[in-house]
Amino acid sequence: MSKQMTGAEMVVTALKDQGVDTVFGYPGGAVLPIYDALFQQDFVQHVLVRHEQGAAHAAEGYARSTGKVGVLLVTSGPGATNAITGLTDALLDSIPLVCLTGQVPTHLIGSDAFQECDTVGITRHCTKHNYLVRSIEDLPRILHEAFYVARSGRPGPVVVDLPKDIQFALGTYSAQKNVQHKTYQPKLKGDIDKIRQAVDMMAAAKKPVFYTGGGVINAGPMASELLRELVKLTNFPVTSTLMGLGAYPASGENWLGMLGMHGTYEANHTMHDCDLMIAVGSRFDDRITGRLDAFSPGSKKIHIDIDPSSINKNVKVDLPIIGDCAHVLEDMVRLWRSEAKQVDQTALGEWWEQINEWRARNSLGFHNSKAVIKPQHAVQRLYELTKNRDTYITTEVGQHQMWAAQHYHFEEPNRWMTSGGLGTMGYGLPAAIGVQMAHPESLVIDIAGEASILMNIQEMSTAKQYRLPVKIFILNNEYMGMVRQWQELLHGGRYSNSYSEALPDFVKLAEAYGAHGIRCSDPADLDRAIQEMIDYPGAVIFDCVVAKEENCFPMIPSGKAHNEMILLDLSDDAGLEIGSIIDEKGKMLV
Amino acid sequence: MNAIAALSPYSSSAGKTNHERHTLSVLVDNEPGVLARVVGLFSGRGYNIESLTVAEVAHVERWSRITIVTTGSPAAIEQISHQLERIVPIHKVVDLTLEGRSIERELAMIKVRGKGENRVEALRLGEAFKAKVIDATLESFIFELTGAPQKIDDFVELMRPLGLVELTRTGVAAIVRGPDAS
Repeated sequence: MSKQMTGAEMVVTALKDQGVDTVFGYPGGAVLPIYDALFQQDFVQHVLVRHEQGAAHAAEGYARSTGKVGVLLVTSGPGATNAITGLTDALLDSIPLVCLTGQVPTHLIGSDAFQECDTVGITRHCTKHNYLVRSIEDLPRILHEAFYVARSGRPGPVVVDLPKDIQFALGTYSAQKNVQHKTYQPKLKGDIDKIRQAVDMMAAAKKPVFYTGGGVINAGPMASELLRELVKLTNFPVTSTLMGLGAYPASGENWLGMLGMHGTYEANHTMHDCDLMIAVGSRFDDRITGRLDAFSPGSKKIHIDIDPSSINKNVKVDLPIIGDCAHVLEDMVRLWRSEAKQVDQTALGEWWEQINEWRARNSLGFHNSKAVIKPQHAVQRLYELTKNRDTYITTEVGQHQMWAAQHYHFEEPNRWMTSGGLGTMGYGLPAAIGVQMAHPESLVIDIAGEASILMNIQEMSTAKQYRLPVKIFILNNEYMGMVRQWQELLHGGRYSNSYSEALPDFVKLAEAYGAHGIRCSDPADLDRAIQEMIDYPGAVIFDCVVAKEENCFPMIPSGKAHNEMILLDLSDDAGLEIGSIIDEKGKMLV
Repeated sequence: MNAIAALSPYSSSAGKTNHERHTLSVLVDNEPGVLARVVGLFSGRGYNIESLTVAEVAHVERWSRITIVTTGSPAAIEQISHQLERIVPIHKVVDLTLEGRSIERELAMIKVRGKGENRVEALRLGEAFKAKVIDATLESFIFELTGAPQKIDDFVELMRPLGLVELTRTGVAAIVRGPDAS
């Protein structure tokens, strides 16, 4: 069915045809026609953020908690440049976004017009793909193609730059279903011969491990189901990256906890000593591998990934399988069943004995206190008091993020929203807003630090305007904790600019934004205060005053291998010795 | 890339210097910005470009072919191909060096200024290399020379003592031998 309409009406109609019910944005001169079209319809709800970075992170939170494409709408120039951090964040974490940007009219492009910037030029490096729409005839196709590109293959952000004259122009719009790109057609099914080979390798393994990542979450809930089934069939241990938490349940018997720089002792040692690593939708990031030439030296590696450029990028693998995790896992489960594969039970039993010895080190243990709230304890209590609810967790970036990953346990995918690849402070609050928009009845908590939260605190107004009952749980240690920790370990304890000087009174700040403020510094009062936060029907800022100089352990020091972790006991006895563990080369790393 | 990688203790390629020269043939949609995407990928990820040529090769389909000569370790070259394949308007990436049987050609225009014996010698060498004289004055020639990059290098070196003034080269175009498309 074709219809005559303006470009602005096409934008809104295409959103509707794509099933988009929520758009996060901020108006400006170059998008006024689209805002006018939004005003005259009811299907798409627009959420007015207070800064365009917030729009991008909110769209990410929406996308990650629903599996749908997140949409943001911003104006030209500063609107577009403010969204850059969020777009880059989505690129690094493979989150599907469509970002609609206004642009000056086509005849003014290149003239340094008011609020003009080269949006497609600037965003070329931080998007999966981008478009500048030059004629109204191209607009319907580009709009639908943008959604296709954003969600297909390895998902990512797509920018559509819309000059103002195109928004006013009249053209023909026809509803387009299942638009594909003429050349971009990622492969979903894995090569069956390779999958058969992988299953044979798994059956022959004596010390196997599943190393799963965000790709399992991105492949949809079925992928998590299939992973669980395969783990059950094989009884192999499973660990996950920060991005993949929830794909396998933390309560599962085969769960080793997260791996990597702040991962568990058992997860990292299992990776180091295994004889077969099955990487599923994970990308051998430097936070995961540590020192590359000492990374799991004795293992054969199978790598399942939808993006061929992830294969052999950092770590050479023995058997790459290009495909969507859900499709490949489905074939693996089917082959394992139909060929009635058996693992070497004796060898696997011994492997589990070894793993249980590592587990007994209790690497996430910490010295609790009755005088002061330990941050790990705060996260544990938050988990205990919310685990039986319909809860979604977002975080900012830093120590609190790692403590949340270690001590909050996820049973389901799409419940955990954190900035992994880019490490964006200020992600958590807008992301929580996006999650709450998608799940109005759920409990959405942003586990934050007192420094990170201030980076997008203005979004409290958004929460107020839309009556979103997001809970901001600040682990307030008055330091940029991770910066301070590295300064302690690597720079002789010279805390250059990492003290959170001149903090606002968070309780009063909450009240100023029409929210409820709670402060707690007494461990004995913590449960009651957390319960008060949960029970409050609106937005809450919880100022949880915690131990100031607690370090986040365990830790693989920069440039070290998985079996060279620092555990709490060692670090307690010899605080200053840690600096000497990291060599000069390690200091140069981030 | 390798300069950065060599500094990083995360890297396993530190110290490896087995650089290879590869010619990549990249078929792309001829749309605005596609060349910027390709060049931006090389600069953003720290890969080398030795030469780059681009022109439309199918007018109706609006396809262009970009031929890139690059250097790097075999692992880096494999990464480059895969990273190129990720770019949405790219149809196909063929590593002609891995294909083996391919032909490379380049065109150069070479301006030589001189009198007397040098002038005669330049003209004689030009004939030996099958270079065409496309412009002449009483004291200068411009030669047009087509051939493999090495042949052009050789000719340029010979012209240098004879009064080489200026030089322009197109960069490499390449194609697979035999009856089939790459």
